[in-house]
Amino acid sequence: MSIFKRRRGWAGVGAVAVAAVALLSTGGASAQQTPLAANYPRSQTLYTSGTQYGPPSNWNPMVTGNYATGTIGLLYETLFLYNPLNNQFTPWLAKSGSFTSSTVYTLTLRPGLAWSDGQPLTAADVVYTIDLGQYTAVPYHNIWTYLKSVTEVNTTTVSLAFKSTPNYQEWANFLYTYPILPKHIWQSRSLTDIITGTNPNPIGSGPYLYLAHDQTTMVWQRNPNWWGIKALNLKMAPKYIVDVANQSNNVALSLLLQDQLDLSNNFLPGIASLVGGIGGYPITTYYPKAPYMLSANTAWLVMNLKRTPLNDPVFRRALAFAMDIPAVVRSDYNYIVKGSNPTGMLPTWSQYVDQTLVKSLGFSYNPSKANQMLKSAGYKFGSNGMVETKSGKPINLSLIVPQGWSDWMAGIQILAQGAAKAGIQITPSFPAYNSLVAQRNSGNFDLVINNDQQISNTPWSYYQWMFGLPILKTQSYRNYGRYNNPTAWSLVQQLDRTPVTDTAGMKSAIAKLQQIQLSQMPVIPLWYNGMWAQYNTTTWSNWPSSSTYQTVPTLWRGYPNMGSVYMLAKIKPVKAG
Amino acid sequence: MRSYFSRKLVTYGLTFFVAVTIDWAIPRLMPGNPIQGLIARMTLPPGASQAVTAYYEKVYGLNQPIWHQYLSFWTGLIHGNLGQSIYVVGSPVSSVIAQALPYTLGLLVPAILLGWYAGNKVGAMAARRKVLDNTVLPAGYLLTATPYMWLALLLAWVFGSVLRILPLAGGSTFGMPPSFSWPFIESLLQHWFLPFASLFLVGFGGWAIGMRNVIIYELEADYAHYLEALGAPQRLIRRYAFRNAMLPQITGLALAIGAVVAGALVTEIVFAYPGLGSLVFNAILNSDYFLLQGIFLFIIIGVLIANFVVDVVYVLVDPRTRIGMQGGRT
Repeated sequence: MSIFKRRRGWAGVGAVAVAAVALLSTGGASAQQTPLAANYPRSQTLYTSGTQYGPPSNWNPMVTGNYATGTIGLLYETLFLYNPLNNQFTPWLAKSGSFTSSTVYTLTLRPGLAWSDGQPLTAADVVYTIDLGQYTAVPYHNIWTYLKSVTEVNTTTVSLAFKSTPNYQEWANFLYTYPILPKHIWQSRSLTDIITGTNPNPIGSGPYLYLAHDQTTMVWQRNPNWWGIKALNLKMAPKYIVDVANQSNNVALSLLLQDQLDLSNNFLPGIASLVGGIGGYPITTYYPKAPYMLSANTAWLVMNLKRTPLNDPVFRRALAFAMDIPAVVRSDYNYIVKGSNPTGMLPTWSQYVDQTLVKSLGFSYNPSKANQMLKSAGYKFGSNGMVETKSGKPINLSLIVPQGWSDWMAGIQILAQGAAKAGIQITPSFPAYNSLVAQRNSGNFDLVINNDQQISNTPWSYYQWMFGLPILKTQSYRNYGRYNNPTAWSLVQQLDRTPVTDTAGMKSAIAKLQQIQLSQMPVIPLWYNGMWAQYNTTTWSNWPSSSTYQTVPTLWRGYPNMGSVYMLAKIKPVKAG
Repeated sequence: MRSYFSRKLVTYGLTFFVAVTIDWAIPRLMPGNPIQGLIARMTLPPGASQAVTAYYEKVYGLNQPIWHQYLSFWTGLIHGNLGQSIYVVGSPVSSVIAQALPYTLGLLVPAILLGWYAGNKVGAMAARRKVLDNTVLPAGYLLTATPYMWLALLLAWVFGSVLRILPLAGGSTFGMPPSFSWPFIESLLQHWFLPFASLFLVGFGGWAIGMRNVIIYELEADYAHYLEALGAPQRLIRRYAFRNAMLPQITGLALAIGAVVAGALVTEIVFAYPGLGSLVFNAILNSDYFLLQGIFLFIIIGVLIANFVVDVVYVLVDPRTRIGMQGGRT
């Protein structure tokens, strides 16, 4: 039979196609008005994104970089919350906690805490969780370098003994960073399951319950029996939280503009031009004007101190003067970030900046000064005006950031141009993230930008990252540049053992560290990455801002326990649902 | 006939073995270590970081010597076990792929078949109608020369951003739980349409031009002129021309499947469509050996099956092959 005879075929296909287009167009138009399923009523649902880049697949708080958005904070809870914006610790699962002697910390739990399966949350759970840290592979294993024992005194009291002077700063950090786990469920699990398992159908104690997930969304449902409703008089506003997994800035932006996202914690280039009702979009941010966002972490230029000429502190200081940070803030970020203080201390830590030191040893972009510094230190310059080693070999520093991190990719090209004006040749390149990690950890790089250390309760977290010893063959966590200074490291440890309430003691240790930091320049602070948060005010209002209430406005991992769980109780539905 | 197919099957078997081996080896040549990347995102303190690395290397079998990993890969494959994903930590590769596969098949199968069918029909019509030829030819060239992702971006911009009648991204409305209900199917169709259209249009352009050219060539062939001289009606001549013109188009379909699969991968990334394309992209970014292996395994199997089907169809539609295989002469 002939294919040719079926003449009606094409007309048929054409008709179907036309019908499909017509159907979809009208369907699309109507979907604009009611874009969401009836299952999660729009007025009771909060749509968020910016934390989850891949499909949610893991509810294990031990898998710290990968657990689904909200696993810590919405589901599992910490003993305390810490708000970096006002430097306040708030008891959460704990009713109180304090050092009752120089080496004993006594923790009292709130009465009436419960897991979502109805079991009570008691001191036994706390002891179990802290004891787990004795295994090397548990993320908070470090507490056992200074803890001696943990004992259940009664169902609401736990006593912790320290080996000697407690590492106060680290301990305070632990108290609000890692959550308490349900012993009755976790104790039967193998260690491998505890470390690498996915913990499906999780049982937590927090204000939300796991409801559902698929490839692109994680859905939380409000826990009607949460202990905090009575004890804290807090009621979470959204009945459902739908967190959208997404890795594309433009997709996040379009969803936000179409009111399919309420809170976007994505980096959205050009957001400054849309804030404050410009273009008719109801988009707001923490600050109404530049920098629009709070600062979440410092982006540092990490230098490989094992390589010439980066092993020379004079060269490193000259390089600091050759970093055109204002141009990055202006052209790359359009002023949604701020240039860093020369010490790299976040704005929330400004009280720890030694201003006198900054005046004498600080730096800012000054290419001719950088050039002059190199000349007077004896560096030679080639016929092209570029700096060479003292023995006359050309210098070409490679600067790497991960492929796809578009703001940094643009940023390092601007930095390279600025450095060229000072006569320093920098070649930007963009290896894939895993490849960058391999180069960085094994010390096979010249320059790399890093912002691993987030805002926290203590500048100690920055200094241990900067000066941490010993230097291993693979540096997988800190001191990627391999800066070896035992004096600095013992100062960091001294800072760690300073009580969090002893501000003067902290300042004095930090001033000594800043002296070393600014004169030796083991890393160069560049700018503060923003705590990206864009709100669409169509469905939910009363967002955190400089004029409402001070709460970190993001559900990034580690932030609900820095207070953004309060945001969920404070936002208000625009229309009563 | 039997020897023809057994020869084919041996060829396919060999191709499968070599392709799967390459598929296993290539991801491992990527710079960087997947576990190191995973751990780096966790920012663990020094002691914990080494211990956790050891755990994950054991879980993924990456602590074994490389030949052992290759053997366990085949053993796993035979038992239908593709291993655990690193990108979607803790999920079996097969279930990650199973979630994405329907989306990709739903795009590819209609786009390939409809594009081929419609392209051939329109191309054949264009070959004999001047007016149609003047419009189809330039349009076809334009479409087929357009890179998939560029057309995808253009469609997304026009329909998703300017006209706002179709969604820009995703496989269905975010947060809508999958169900066999009209709102969900409607949402699926809306999200499906643009990625489908971009694949369809590029394919359509290519087939239309190919068909038009082959038909014109066939209509100028000696047998066509001979029929004409005998006084056969135009319809009959065209029918013979079409039959002959179909053969290279069927071969072309087999060859094009690989390219369309690659096109679907970039198209999916543009539309953040939750199919295999987006998955490949993320698997590469995370050096997820196991997920990459698994996806390419499916692609290899898919392309081989499609080629086999085309081989069979070829036997059915081309009497020369059929008769040749039965020992006759053309």
